Amino acid sequence: MGCMSELCDDLKRLFNEMSPYLKLLGFELEELDPTYALARLSYSADLVGDPRTGVIHGGVVTTLLDTAGGAVVLAASGQLKLVATLDLRVDYLRPARKKRDIYGRVECYRLAREVAFVRGVAFEQDLEDPIASMAATYMTQNSSVTGTKEGAHV
Amino acid sequence: MSESNATDANAALAEAVRRRDLPAFLAQVPYARLLGLTGRWEGDEPLVCMPASERVIGNPVLPALHGGAIGGLLESAAFVRVIWMQGQPVVPKVINLTVEYLRPGQVVDTWARASITKEGRRVVNVQVRAFQSDEQKPIAIAHGHLLIDGPE
Repeated sequence: MGCMSELCDDLKRLFNEMSPYLKLLGFELEELDPTYALARLSYSADLVGDPRTGVIHGGVVTTLLDTAGGAVVLAASGQLKLVATLDLRVDYLRPARKKRDIYGRVECYRLAREVAFVRGVAFEQDLEDPIASMAATYMTQNSSVTGTKEGAHV
Repeated sequence: MSESNATDANAALAEAVRRRDLPAFLAQVPYARLLGLTGRWEGDEPLVCMPASERVIGNPVLPALHGGAIGGLLESAAFVRVIWMQGQPVVPKVINLTVEYLRPGQVVDTWARASITKEGRRVVNVQVRAFQSDEQKPIAIAHGHLLIDGPE
């Protein structure tokens, strides 16, 4: 488990530091292990999608869940490899409350050789009272160094 | 957001819709402003553009756009399309959105064109395609349901 937690720490650092876009949004991967990821987006007025109501834009929720999903797929596969989102569905269950941080909790419930299946929710405080739910599939691809077959995607 | 700001935003949105001013409309939406979204008309179709910028990069090594930013562009293009379909400066509620990612997003300008698949009384089905240099090779396609206020 030592190696695994090392990988998870590396992934956390990677996700929290590498992407200019994620930094701009205030994304932070807080918890990660091979079964689930928990990420947070700090509230900012810049994330509003409806200026009349102050409700956060759906693209922000998509970003949170898509990114957390990519992280948990890598953690589940146990190695650093390429991961690409094939598709992602988000259902907006209710408007997010104003001025609250949003959390995304996702799990990889099936990891096949090249395809990973992920589901999750976004919420403010209570996992049982979600803002949105998501279902997504990802493609993982080993680097050519490992000698495995190239994936169909990307 | 204070009430006077909200009133100002309302007036600015209404004015932008009336004048068919896409950039002015998108400038009133904070997250759209964060992505740098702008747009232009092609006949009666609003096209929304996410200009190439370091701020929308997800993977600086490749480099590639972040899928979340592409999702934000697609969803913005969907509601912009519905707003002008209705002629009302009201951002519709999105019920759900499914995005298929087809190709990595290069760090160049990305456009999104939305079309209405079905216009119901309360629900509008929308399809959106995001593309870069070649519209025939979309980088992502989304479809979703948006909730609108029916006729009074």
